[in-house]
Amino acid sequence: MTAELGNFALALALGLALLQAVLPLYGAARGRPALMELARHTALGQFLLAAIAFGALTRAYVYSDFSVSAVAQNSHSLKPLLYRLTGVWGNHEGSLLLWILILTLFGAMVAVFGSGLRKTLQARVLAVQAMIGSGFLAFTLLTSNPFARVWPPPLDGAGLNPLLQDPGLAFHPPLLYFGYVGLSVAFSFAVAALLEGRVDRAWARWVRPWTLAAWAGLTAGIALGSWWAYYELGWGGFWFWDPVENASFMPWLAATALLHSAIAAERRQALRSWTVLLAIVAFSLSLLGTFLVRSGVLTSVHAFATDPERGVFILLLLGIATGGALALYAWRAPALGTGVPFRPVSREGALLLNNLVLVTACATVLLGTLYPLFLDAFDAGKVSVGPPYFTATFVPLIAPALVAMAIGPMLAWKRGDLAGALGRLWLAALGAALAAGATLAYGETLAALGLGAAAWIGLGALVEWSERLRLGRAPAGEAWRRARSMPRAAWGGGLAHLGVAIVVAGITASQCFQSELILAMKPGDRAQIAGYAIRFDGVSEVQGPNYRAERAMLSVLRDGAPAAVLTPERRFYPVERQHTTEAAIRTTLFADLYAVIGEEDAQAGRTVRLYHNPLVPWIWIGAIVMAFGALISLSDRRLRLAAPARRRRQPAAA
Amino acid sequence: MLAFLLALASAPAMAALDASEMLADPALEARARTLAKTLRCVVCQNQSIDDSGADLARDLRQSLRARLLAGDSDEEALAYLTHRYGDYVLLEPPLKPATWVLWFAPAGFAAIAALLALRYFRRRE
Amino acid sequence: MRRLLFLLPLAVFAALGAYLYVGLGGDPSRVPSPLVGRPAPVFAVDGLATADLEGPALVNIFASWCVPCRAEHPLLTHLAEEEGVVIYGVAYKDKPEAANAFLAELGNPYRRIGFDEDGRAGVEWGVTGVPETFVLDAEGTVVFKHTGPLTADAVRRDLLPALGR
Repeated sequence: MTAELGNFALALALGLALLQAVLPLYGAARGRPALMELARHTALGQFLLAAIAFGALTRAYVYSDFSVSAVAQNSHSLKPLLYRLTGVWGNHEGSLLLWILILTLFGAMVAVFGSGLRKTLQARVLAVQAMIGSGFLAFTLLTSNPFARVWPPPLDGAGLNPLLQDPGLAFHPPLLYFGYVGLSVAFSFAVAALLEGRVDRAWARWVRPWTLAAWAGLTAGIALGSWWAYYELGWGGFWFWDPVENASFMPWLAATALLHSAIAAERRQALRSWTVLLAIVAFSLSLLGTFLVRSGVLTSVHAFATDPERGVFILLLLGIATGGALALYAWRAPALGTGVPFRPVSREGALLLNNLVLVTACATVLLGTLYPLFLDAFDAGKVSVGPPYFTATFVPLIAPALVAMAIGPMLAWKRGDLAGALGRLWLAALGAALAAGATLAYGETLAALGLGAAAWIGLGALVEWSERLRLGRAPAGEAWRRARSMPRAAWGGGLAHLGVAIVVAGITASQCFQSELILAMKPGDRAQIAGYAIRFDGVSEVQGPNYRAERAMLSVLRDGAPAAVLTPERRFYPVERQHTTEAAIRTTLFADLYAVIGEEDAQAGRTVRLYHNPLVPWIWIGAIVMAFGALISLSDRRLRLAAPARRRRQPAAA
Repeated sequence: MLAFLLALASAPAMAALDASEMLADPALEARARTLAKTLRCVVCQNQSIDDSGADLARDLRQSLRARLLAGDSDEEALAYLTHRYGDYVLLEPPLKPATWVLWFAPAGFAAIAALLALRYFRRRE
Repeated sequence: MRRLLFLLPLAVFAALGAYLYVGLGGDPSRVPSPLVGRPAPVFAVDGLATADLEGPALVNIFASWCVPCRAEHPLLTHLAEEEGVVIYGVAYKDKPEAANAFLAELGNPYRRIGFDEDGRAGVEWGVTGVPETFVLDAEGTVVFKHTGPLTADAVRRDLLPALGR
């Protein structure tokens, strides 16, 4: 019964979404407050219904109701509860339902927090949001119903892919979807603004928090996915420039650009039509990512059976949403007008440079991702576009932004003083030179550039804070007073830049200074890697809840005495008939000692792969710092509810 | 991401390069590793044959090492594989007429961006 | 001019959408073989070597452990027995006993069989999986490659014309 309830709730949500997509628009055009008001109620109703549907599917998984086809195909009664829960979104149908749940959640949030918005704008935003919602609800109900039944129900399920039975991956999709779908709000705001023909300061101030929230989710989601790949796939890599990874990276790049251009649009009324375009592009790239992942155009021989019907449907959604928005843009944007003029060397100029660099880099990733498809369409041969291409193009393209990152925040609006800014950054320049020089002593030019850039950006962020606080130039009390009154957006922005510095350092060091040792070992054998002595103590059999494992014992010796034990495993999941490798990682936060085991050879012994990855944890620490910076910015008073109207009302209420 | 993971998963998740495959000569083995990292495991999703646990990846690793042992230069060893598996086996697409757009467009994008910026500031002078 | 600039995103997107739509119809797993147009590769395994191949003929890569091979087997038998097509078999990564048992059960359509236990001949032929079928012309040049199990449709449309029939 629960499955039917879920199905019914979804159908009802589609009905509400269709109403919400039409009536408020009419209301806004004709000035009918009741029709505009309707959108807020239907938005809440949609969220409630999506939550009911999601709850129903979750219940089917928790109680292992194998008469529901999606459950039978993706779950198993022996699976631990956590993975029965996360199995809900570990497949196409369930992940779509999660997407819808988050989409309606964002709609409901616009309805609740958006009471300070201009009524017509809020109605239009919610209507556009509902158009996206109806598209996805229809897609789910027509092509990918998670509640479809099988008869007769199988005795047990087929199980969830063991690679996905992992805590790191359990929360990767929800965060990522939070980011993808969060960008839909920026999109809806952009389309609504084009419909209104007005992009003012309040609009930009409203777009930024949604983008910040989405961006924080995307950042955390991408980082979690790459962390998972690092420890689970077993060869110490963390980013592969795979089409599906690129599908999440492109919206991130566009959202990063949008975050920055929205600052210029809010503070200086500059780059407004460009900001609108970026908002459309960022969400379109999310949709494109969905298309690439789910349609099977780019998957390999080993992917699931592809379903062209789904591909056509998503392409249709993409065509209507993006095509419609861009057509509206071509028609309305020229009338938006231009903001206050500015010089190339100015805060706006730096933000523009950031945007051009990010968009260029994003276009390159898009080109590389789709190029094999283009060649195929022309029947012009088959090539692989792998990591070497992306490193060769992406890194030089993004480099100017890394240099400008430290300078931009030091420039004044409208007309900046480059020499002055550079002078005030002398400390960062000195630090960068020292870092690069010290690295160069090891003979690694690329590493020197990377670590130099990291020092430059990181110290640049610190210098910017100390400038704002007048540290060292004013009494400590004055600095403290300034620290307390400094806008949270300034703290958050600096923190995000600091996070980038940490990530850049982590990527550079782990790429350039990794040590690796692959050898066959017998019990008692020793190996040396990066100053550690490691002793192989043999392999034992272990029984897990739904797997069997071979677990190796590797002692890390310090002065001949065991200081730590590494226990890498090779697991076998009998239900899914699959092997996985579980890496053992010992981290000092400055470096990881990473071990995986391979097969046993009767004569030579057990293959052991040992890695020493310097600074690799910084990649994820930096990503967390970036996401945290976004959340701090989000809590800025100016953005929080960003409603002058509401603030004016409060004293009266008191 | 998810589909990528699922696709990876359907390849047998065995260990990648095995110690028994490695060559005794460290210099030759180092060359083999470097080359293997640039070669695509053609049945996997964007994995190099050095990283992949698929059977075919192992075969390709062994053929590659056999070529190097037989005295092939790096270029000859790569040519041996592209003759059999096509350019598809190279993770770095070779520069040829069909990939001119791929390789030169990023510079073009940067040029367009610079031109647009220039135009923007000109109009405001 | 300025208006045109605002139309640019739409134009770019339209082109992109068109490509994606075309791309949907394609099969990403189809990898054209660089062997086509070149002489059959040099290989020698137990039972079969390059010198043994006499075109026009088919070279079929199969294995007893491969399920789709079982599916295409009747077609191969039909081609060999009814149409008189010469077929050479390469048992890929298979034990000779297992391959022989497979043929004893389903019938043997091959003129000669090579046993490629370690997959070395497979690399020479650029095999990515089984089954795969190559067409050789009278000079021994590879003229066509079919990846995956043969279908009656593929035989009629591609294989027979490539064989010159």
